[in-house]
Amino acid sequence: MELKEKLLASFAVFENNLDLEDPILDLRNDSIKVFENKGFPTKKDEAWKYTSLAKIQNTDYSLFPKEEDCVNYQEVKKYFLHEIETYKLVFIDGVYSSFLSETTHMGIDVCLMSAAFKKPQYKHLIDKYFNKAASKEDSLSALNTSFSKEGAFIYIPKNTVADKPIEIINFSSGVEAALMIQPRNMIIADQGAEMQIIERHQSLTKNETLTNVVSELFAEQNAKIDLYKIQNDSLSASLIDNTYIDQKRDSVVSVHTFSFGGKLTRNNLNFYQNGENINSILKGVTIIGDKQHVDHHTLVHHREPNCESHQDYKGIYDQSSTGVFNGKIIVDKLAQKTNAFQQNNNILMEDKATINSKPQLEIFADDVKCSHGCTIGQLDEDALFYLQSRGIPKKEGRALLMYAFANNVLESVALPVVKKRINKIIAKKLGVELGFSI
Amino acid sequence: MLKIENLHARVEDKEILKGINLEIKPGEVHAIMGPNGAGKSTLSSVIAGHEDFEVTDGSVFLDGENIDELDPEERAHKGIFLSFQYPVEIPGVSVTNFIKAAINANRKAKGLEDMPANEMLKLIKEKSSMLEIDRKFLSRSLNEGFSGGEKKRNEIFQMAMLEPKVAILDETDSGLDIDALRIVANGVNKLKSKDNAVLVITHYQRLLDYIVPDFVHVLYNGKIVKSGTKELALELEEKGYDWIKQEAAQ
Repeated sequence: MELKEKLLASFAVFENNLDLEDPILDLRNDSIKVFENKGFPTKKDEAWKYTSLAKIQNTDYSLFPKEEDCVNYQEVKKYFLHEIETYKLVFIDGVYSSFLSETTHMGIDVCLMSAAFKKPQYKHLIDKYFNKAASKEDSLSALNTSFSKEGAFIYIPKNTVADKPIEIINFSSGVEAALMIQPRNMIIADQGAEMQIIERHQSLTKNETLTNVVSELFAEQNAKIDLYKIQNDSLSASLIDNTYIDQKRDSVVSVHTFSFGGKLTRNNLNFYQNGENINSILKGVTIIGDKQHVDHHTLVHHREPNCESHQDYKGIYDQSSTGVFNGKIIVDKLAQKTNAFQQNNNILMEDKATINSKPQLEIFADDVKCSHGCTIGQLDEDALFYLQSRGIPKKEGRALLMYAFANNVLESVALPVVKKRINKIIAKKLGVELGFSI
Repeated sequence: MLKIENLHARVEDKEILKGINLEIKPGEVHAIMGPNGAGKSTLSSVIAGHEDFEVTDGSVFLDGENIDELDPEERAHKGIFLSFQYPVEIPGVSVTNFIKAAINANRKAKGLEDMPANEMLKLIKEKSSMLEIDRKFLSRSLNEGFSGGEKKRNEIFQMAMLEPKVAILDETDSGLDIDALRIVANGVNKLKSKDNAVLVITHYQRLLDYIVPDFVHVLYNGKIVKSGTKELALELEEKGYDWIKQEAAQ
């Protein structure tokens, strides 16, 4: 059976098992119809021209894993920011692991979507926010909506700063021969609230994993959210990440996406500015090799005046890896005095590596500052010789140059422990021990 | 200390060095002068091990050891230093972090541990003040947006930190005003000892007023066509290079 048919058939079973009280039943039914009509996107869709999902649909995924906690902490400790105190929302094969998690309801809510769906005290938040930022038309987001069951639910009330960073980690354990999971995250920063989130999808197995995640972030007036996505998965893990961010006036949201691979990674990162004086920051470092594929599709929709967006994506592609950057900026007629900047720089290490980079600006206002720049090049051989002539071996020299290249993006990481972790991953990725840090 | 024997080198199909012989002993300063296109910069690149140049004949020896097969970094570990005519800009790496990486890479090659942070700091302070480099400069990205003088001063700062056996100064005077020239030259003079050697490559005599050579060689058309003492440099300054070209043509 094709994956689409299988998903549609499973939905009937899934629906039957739902609570009668399910607050989003109608929405699920509407959403599955969207998916039924549109199916998986193909290369004929403009937005999927360079990323084919054909191959990953050939696997017979298990859709409803058994509810078992089968991972021990020592095995997965390295995936956590264990150096500092954090709240943790950990899911194994899509199922919540209370053993590995650390939730809270003390002043802030760091808990589960399943709880938010069930508990009456969260109903108003579900009503107000659920699926309000996510696209109703996007087939894969709709698919996720129809099956929404578990994920992170975070609510930081008015003028409150989350006292610790929050980690959201999805493990796949390999208990199933192949697994598809669809986590659903809802993250709300009420007026003047602040938080930092680290999100990670990690396969612990060689078995195929397909993750189709939807995260909705809401930054109310003057709120601040920093989200760090660490994508450093096994070669059998594919990720479709659909992130939607709804910002109100005076809010600042930054998303750093560190893509060090997996099999296929597609990041759909969408910012909607619904108020004045908003700042949206989108940063990315991609370092991949082998036959890995990473696709960044970003959208910043400037709907109101006097807002800013800053986009900076750096990519280093080795071997036969392929990358895509498609950065869309829409400036509505109303959105005068917009400052929108976009930068995408790429280095191809080998002839077989490919990058498709496409800026897409749709500007309807006349008093704006918008710029975009894109470069594709190779590592600077003269610079490498310069480093070697100072005694730095070629391998380390290359690493240093790549570091330097990615440095702008790392500089804006506000959490030192995240920066350190990323440095470490990059060093490992480049196969060097670094006698320097930047 | 540095011995060059019958060195021939080409880039792509063009032969640039056509049989260079040169010996530099410890404690000596040699200058290579010559008109544009004579092969001065090629010579310095070849000694430093640049891969773009193919050595077709001859050899380079350091302390009696043939270094022809060594990578640029291995030559650096053995004590060769090249001050670049056009130092490369590397945004995202500060001067300090760069020199730390270089020092520790050299130590690692010698089987030593990383230099302790306080020792490194002390050394950086000492050497940077010798070259009148201020602190802000050290935290800037390597050569990015540096003036000509700052770039060259930074090269000599690296030389001071790495303490090479043989320092090759490739057109170190170009782009320098007279004050910067004096500071750079003073730096080089302070680093000079009986155990190291300096090879100054320059188009003009000006730098040699400050870094006084023991020997001057004239490079023309890929060969050393004349050698002499520092008076030769003055003669070249006065008469230009045309007479050398004529002599060579005969």
